[in-house]
Amino acid sequence: MRSLVMRRTWMAVSLWTALLALAGSPMVARAQSAVRGQTLFESRCTACHSLDANRVGPALQTVVGRKAGTARDYEYSPALAGAKHRWNRQMLLAWLTDPETVVPGQRMGLQVEGAADREDIVAFLTAKGAGRTTSE
Amino acid sequence: MTSIVQTLSGTTAPSSSIARRAFMGRTGTLSAVAVALLAGQDAMAQGMSADTSKDLGILNVALGLEHEAINAYQLGAGSGLLQKGVLDVAVRFQSDHKAHRDALITTIQKLGGTPVMEKKLEEYAKALKADTLRNQTDVLDLAARLELGAINAYLGVIPAFGSKDLAKVAARLAADETMHFTVLTSTLGRPLPAGALSFGA
Repeated sequence: MRSLVMRRTWMAVSLWTALLALAGSPMVARAQSAVRGQTLFESRCTACHSLDANRVGPALQTVVGRKAGTARDYEYSPALAGAKHRWNRQMLLAWLTDPETVVPGQRMGLQVEGAADREDIVAFLTAKGAGRTTSE
Repeated sequence: MTSIVQTLSGTTAPSSSIARRAFMGRTGTLSAVAVALLAGQDAMAQGMSADTSKDLGILNVALGLEHEAINAYQLGAGSGLLQKGVLDVAVRFQSDHKAHRDALITTIQKLGGTPVMEKKLEEYAKALKADTLRNQTDVLDLAARLELGAINAYLGVIPAFGSKDLAKVAARLAADETMHFTVLTSTLGRPLPAGALSFGA
């Protein structure tokens, strides 16, 4: 009987230890960042962008990993149509910081001021595009 | 033309004070020329030098938003899903966006640019997933989301402005859209925002 109680206690302690470790893990942090990023995306980006449709701006679901200026059926500015880079985390963070420094002559007039906000928006876009092919 | 050109007139600082301000050419800003044109003061706009290509790009993005809003209300009005009183308000809001559109087109042309063209209604319907609208609530929810996006877009460019006059123009446009959003959410029976400073956050 005592052995059973000790075993259950040990299992409970182990479980809580694992949960606490998980709570501080990078994986959970990324998930939390993506959740916050969704709120920011809906607040800051959806005037022009949707995930799965071209509107004033191009669809963004598969932007991570996509070559710049290649969203299918979207009419880009000449500047962005001629860009050579691919959208990875660093490029997207730089873009959200100041689009004009990344691609001079582009058309997006908005910037995201906070570094944490930029990180979360990119985390959200990364999560939304995971496992999907780009629309080149 | 009864439009935002008139709405915004009479509030812009004297041209000499605007011309002195070194805010032209920054990303996310319009030039003093654009401010003057939006304010309906052609004489003030003439003779100013500015990097108008940046201004034109931003003005055309704004025009694209207005085209989309006009067509969204058109889809709602033509859906047969709106009750008479709600339909009247939707048409009124659409007329506001048409006034914005006309002012933007005039400004872009005066700056020597080419206004971005309106797409076909079917293209807006596809992008906005109009085929999923089932009732009046769906239509109003779509309109509210678009208006909220426009509010945040206008508020979002304010920090980039070097000109207090331009910031005021953007703020007044945001106020226009906020009026629309407030009426729409009230009609939807939704609660007030949970706290202060909810817009532009």
